[in-house]
Amino acid sequence: MKAPLRIAIKSAAFAAALGLCCLVLFLLAALFVKAWPVLDLRLLFGDTPPLQAIRGVRPVFDGLFPAICGTLLLVICAVVLALPMGMGAGIHLALAASPGTCRRIGFCVDILAGMPSILIGLLGFSLILFLYRYFPFITPGLLPAAASLACLILPYIIRGTWQAIQTLPPELLRTSLSLGASPVQALRHVLLPAAKPGLTGCLLLSVGRAAEDTAVILLTGTVAAYGLPSGFWDPFEALPFFIYTTAAEYGSQRELAMGFAASLILVGLCGGLFSLAALIRRTVQMKIFTGNMS
Amino acid sequence: MGQYCFPPKDKRETLFQYFCGFSAYFTYCLVLLLFGFFLFFAYPLLKSGGYFLLLVTPWQPLAGNYGIGPMIAGTAVISLLAVCLAFPVSLGAAAFCEAGLAPRNLVRWVRPVFQLMTGIPTVVYGFLAVFLLVPFLRKAIGGSGFSVLAASLMLALLIAPTMILFFSDAFRAVPGEHLRVMTAMGAHPEEKLVFLLLPQARSGIVAGLLLAAGRAVGDTLIALMLAGNSLAFPSSLTEPARTLTGHIALVMASDTQSPEFRSIFACGLTLYLITTLLIFFCRRVVVSERGKG
Repeated sequence: MKAPLRIAIKSAAFAAALGLCCLVLFLLAALFVKAWPVLDLRLLFGDTPPLQAIRGVRPVFDGLFPAICGTLLLVICAVVLALPMGMGAGIHLALAASPGTCRRIGFCVDILAGMPSILIGLLGFSLILFLYRYFPFITPGLLPAAASLACLILPYIIRGTWQAIQTLPPELLRTSLSLGASPVQALRHVLLPAAKPGLTGCLLLSVGRAAEDTAVILLTGTVAAYGLPSGFWDPFEALPFFIYTTAAEYGSQRELAMGFAASLILVGLCGGLFSLAALIRRTVQMKIFTGNMS
Repeated sequence: MGQYCFPPKDKRETLFQYFCGFSAYFTYCLVLLLFGFFLFFAYPLLKSGGYFLLLVTPWQPLAGNYGIGPMIAGTAVISLLAVCLAFPVSLGAAAFCEAGLAPRNLVRWVRPVFQLMTGIPTVVYGFLAVFLLVPFLRKAIGGSGFSVLAASLMLALLIAPTMILFFSDAFRAVPGEHLRVMTAMGAHPEEKLVFLLLPQARSGIVAGLLLAAGRAVGDTLIALMLAGNSLAFPSSLTEPARTLTGHIALVMASDTQSPEFRSIFACGLTLYLITTLLIFFCRRVVVSERGKG
């Protein structure tokens, strides 16, 4: 290969990587600069005293507190719904299922992971409409949205659990079984503790995925201004939806800046969770690698 | 856990095993349920053979014509353009990180940025673009700025980290001996990239491309916020367009009784089929490669 061609390839790679890097950093910097004027306690609580807002005595009108609370509640509900199912399925696939079943269910998990989130929202919304005829208390709200989000993060949890258990050294299971433990005991006392970093990583990833998604909750129960939800069937506010509505119908410069601040918080939350998950996964890989070497 | 000779110790353990099996099959059923659901709601259209007609006809509600042709065209144009924009950049970035073209210390600083990119929510990309990219496009090329171009630029940014991660994994999976042999023969890093890494990583690259295309097709918020959502067939890159996902979101927000509402299930079925096909081919590529090695 001639030298000019080599230089061309090298500079193209440099340009692509550094250009992309600079673009992202520029976007983040722009986000920070635009959000800077409103980054204070008023951003969260508006004119309500913070203590009273947190105790729920007085509602917050022009602050992000209800949206942040709504997002947190939503994510917690979704994870509580999806985690047992996902981990159970992951355990089944890693330990008990035949290769054929693994292939079939693995394909379905992949389809579910690649499913556009709006389709899951559409399913949730239509189910609510359908059930409303028979059970009039079922309306768009926190629980239906959380259930739809649970479907969204289910494949991530299954894949994560499956991977985490499968990448463990096979001697672990064999040894504990030969010592007389039942499979479930081996799982509980040996495999799951050993797979903990991988499980934590997949949990973080799915929390981040649940927090960032907008299309699902757009259809299943989020509203622009409601305050704190008081029950499972209540509508709620959420950060992504706040950002979406601000882009379309902001009234003042302050509201616009609040949109930027909300974006900053969301990027911090999701980016932090994803980076942490990536970090954990890397350390796990290193551990397994060095474990095999020694 | 049936393959091991020890039976479960007591009832609770049996119950636990049944629960695990149940949740695995629950996922299976969920996917089938989703498919059956779209099939059920789009059935009236399918039965009359109108579904395939819908795919190509324009949207003219006044004439009773609820074709989703413009949305399919919009989705196709926007995601194809996004993939075409993101592919060379991602390939370059992955080569930068994995092929030994750059100093190690630089890579150590660049890689976390790509990892951070995977965590940036799509709604934030949309929000930033509405206030940074759209005014710029408006000034530079005229029009409203909400266009196919704006949407595909941001979508390219959204799918780039997916591709970079996949390509990097594919490069890293190339056996170290091959690389060392080429080094011993006096090959430069660029030559290793072109003659060894790229051909060896072909299946990984194709899989990453398909997966990223799936993400581009399925993304809602960027298209909804940036593409302008006009109902005509897009005629140029600076014209607004509407995607299937955006159409679902917009129609759902307005009403739930009219025939328009029926049309979104045709959209949903189409989207489902597109993503399933993409995932299917992606798996085919990965699995066939694994079988060979």
